[in-house]
Amino acid sequence: MTAGIPPAGATRWQEAVIVRLVRRTSRVLSAFLQVELEASVAGQHLDVRLTAPDGYQAQRSYSIASAPGSEDVELAIERLQDGEVSPYFHDVARPGDTIEVRGPIGGHFVWRRSDGGPVLLIAGGSGVVPLMAIVREWLGTESRTPMLLAYSARTWEELVFRDELLNTQAEEPSFTFVATTTRGPRHRAEDFERRFDQPLLHQLLTCWGRTAREVYVCGSIDYVAATTESLVLEEVPPRLIRTERFGGKN
Amino acid sequence: MATRGFFGRRPSDDVASRLPPGQYLTEDFPVLAKGPTPGIDRARWRLAVMDGPRALASWTWAEFEALPQTIWRGDIHCVTKWSKLDTTWNGVTIDDLLQAAGIEPPTAYLLAESHDDYATNLPVADLLGGKAMIATRYAGAPLEAEHGGPARLLVPHLYFWKSAKWINGLRFTARNEPGFWELRGYHMYGDPWREQRYTNDP
Repeated sequence: MTAGIPPAGATRWQEAVIVRLVRRTSRVLSAFLQVELEASVAGQHLDVRLTAPDGYQAQRSYSIASAPGSEDVELAIERLQDGEVSPYFHDVARPGDTIEVRGPIGGHFVWRRSDGGPVLLIAGGSGVVPLMAIVREWLGTESRTPMLLAYSARTWEELVFRDELLNTQAEEPSFTFVATTTRGPRHRAEDFERRFDQPLLHQLLTCWGRTAREVYVCGSIDYVAATTESLVLEEVPPRLIRTERFGGKN
Repeated sequence: MATRGFFGRRPSDDVASRLPPGQYLTEDFPVLAKGPTPGIDRARWRLAVMDGPRALASWTWAEFEALPQTIWRGDIHCVTKWSKLDTTWNGVTIDDLLQAAGIEPPTAYLLAESHDDYATNLPVADLLGGKAMIATRYAGAPLEAEHGGPARLLVPHLYFWKSAKWINGLRFTARNEPGFWELRGYHMYGDPWREQRYTNDP
């Protein structure tokens, strides 16, 4: 794996203009930013800083959903209960507003075209966001190494980027998208309607028929724990598995 | 420059004074790691101290548990911006560990190394004088695997990626060699009060 020391300018705070806000699901909103980023890689995040009139500031990190080199940078932001920064994006932000960002950040949970595949992506809830950047980056490659995205959400309606993923699968034979919904019915025969567990993963990998060389898992702590445990039981070498977890627990 | 319509949710003055710049308070305990949580059997657990490739000392779990125990209570700060206050840890200070083995630090830097091939670099001075320990208990209970159990490094005055989970070695190095995150964009030292998050931060 290539190391990821950012260029000197990459971590300076800079202004970014919100050019567009797009609702993705009832809880997830995409903010498109106009900002010049240096040397972005799929899977990275941006630090965001908001400033109150008295100078008080709050920072959070958000994964980038757009592919490197996209005209605007897309952050897909889940509204958190009792959140401080996510409600600003959901309730207050309008096109034309300016925020501060720095990045892109991160040299581990990233996929470059030179990394190749086959690539296995496992997403839980809004954990699909950095994986979406990887799918979009992969679409720009010529070889289109096999890629499987297994994505768990509560309901069909809460699958962020669902229609884009369905379209990608329809158009790209080497892209497989399988959804599992834990609190609502499935809409396609190939999907599941239960928690992601080892039997589900076994069935998925058997149907896919590939041996993953790059594995990315992003979701809540418990989701990542359950899915990576299943991966290891399915004899995916732990060193191939990159993880990103969000949220906390006591 | 103020962000239109943003007012924020300020912590109390007491909490604010304990939060380094850019951090927010969390009551729960997030879990971050580069990969899956390894399952480590205490019967096969080892901790080694090395000078480069040369082993200076090593401990089994039973030997390590017999070393003098210290309690540390205080605040921890993660580079992903959460801070957690008044955490309580038990373990063996690096001072006591080195003293038990009769080791004088041969160099000024080391790499803390982990079971999952993680590593992070630290100046030896930041581990001595009671500033760091190998922690085996959190909040009075054996350290859970997802938080680094059976044993992790605890260097609470630096960002928490320096507190390597699933530690299995301290390797003295002649130079300040970057570790896993330090090779991937994170700061070589990582002082939260100076907000040394990323490579180019002052």
